[in-house]
Amino acid sequence: MDNCLEVKNLSKSFGNFQLRDITFTLPKGYIMGLIGPNGSGKTTTIKLILNMLKRTNGEVKILGLDNITDEQAAKSNLGVVFDTNYFSDDWKIPQVEKSISAFYPNWNTHKFSDLLEKFRILPSKKVNELSKGMQMKLMLACAFSYDAKLLILDEPTSGLDPVSRDELLNILSEYIEDGGHSVLFSTHITGDLERVADYITYIRYGELFFSGGKDEFIDSFQIVKGGHGELPADLSAKAFGIREFTTGFEALIRTQDQKQFAHLSAEPATIDDIVVFTNKIGGQHE
Amino acid sequence: MKLIISNISGVPIYEQIKQQIKAAIMSGNLQENETLPSLRTLAKDLKISVLTVTRAYTELEQEGFVKNIQGRGCFVLGQGSELLKEQLICKIESNLSEAIKAARTANLSAEELHHLLDILMEVTTDG
Repeated sequence: MDNCLEVKNLSKSFGNFQLRDITFTLPKGYIMGLIGPNGSGKTTTIKLILNMLKRTNGEVKILGLDNITDEQAAKSNLGVVFDTNYFSDDWKIPQVEKSISAFYPNWNTHKFSDLLEKFRILPSKKVNELSKGMQMKLMLACAFSYDAKLLILDEPTSGLDPVSRDELLNILSEYIEDGGHSVLFSTHITGDLERVADYITYIRYGELFFSGGKDEFIDSFQIVKGGHGELPADLSAKAFGIREFTTGFEALIRTQDQKQFAHLSAEPATIDDIVVFTNKIGGQHE
Repeated sequence: MKLIISNISGVPIYEQIKQQIKAAIMSGNLQENETLPSLRTLAKDLKISVLTVTRAYTELEQEGFVKNIQGRGCFVLGQGSELLKEQLICKIESNLSEAIKAARTANLSAEELHHLLDILMEVTTDG
């Protein structure tokens, strides 16, 4: 069992939005970032994996188990963190434990209290008295206490300060260190998560743009720059997006096309660059 | 072993790891048979992706500096390792081919070239 998560031809139609043929696999022991602008289908994809939305088509396997026919077994190995917590606001920590542990036979009370201490969460607090970062850590503590093998996080870093983001990064790196745990997180890229992700799945306009190794993703694009009036006509056809301004222009091209434009200065693109340029209106649409 | 990753140098992170490990091996800071930190521990400590470290270690192995043994770790090879030797032999071959080309242009006979090599070998061992 080498794949932790397999998604095949996953599709969903709403009235005005379609998610089409999303296919990717996350090998065991790695971190995958799910990226794309707002409204591109990241959260829909996650909800379909969790069977919170009914898929129109396709297949999802969590640790080899179908997410619908084997839902209970699949979910016993799954931990989920959303950007807002799923506990009742006026629960105190012991009530959180009581409510969540009831669903997991292998819940480890000892581990839970160790994690509370490690994350510096006071058991006397109510959920709504915890900061956003603390609430996220409480959700993580729950997932770790039943030894979830796959962790799915939906926009875990939005609304977190840099200290909490760094803590999350440490927690995730430690979590996958033994090679038996995996993470899928959707995000608007921040530099630190860009470093830690092994794989990238990029969804754009409800379609899969890329899924594969992060380095491969970054290496396949370049930013070229030139002065005003230097924009070659054939570049417009190849570029994914062009930004023109009074003193020059910038454009995103595939690295394989760079030879044709060797006279222009080129630099490596960041994940942010790729997402921004591939979403520019007027750029090439595939 | 010291490893420092820079975010602004523009050099890819896997390349930075490779260069620093190579330098440590050449300078003797890393000795033969010493183990490198495990892939996943190093990734965790430097807060970088596991695949980035994997790439650095794999390329170091291909270049003959280390040996990955599944389940046991990544070991530093000595200067006399087969792969390193292989690389050196390649270098000798290409340099000798250059010498032969030059000798042909200069109309030097094979004996004269052999003689030249003998002299040079003597000079360098003396030195």
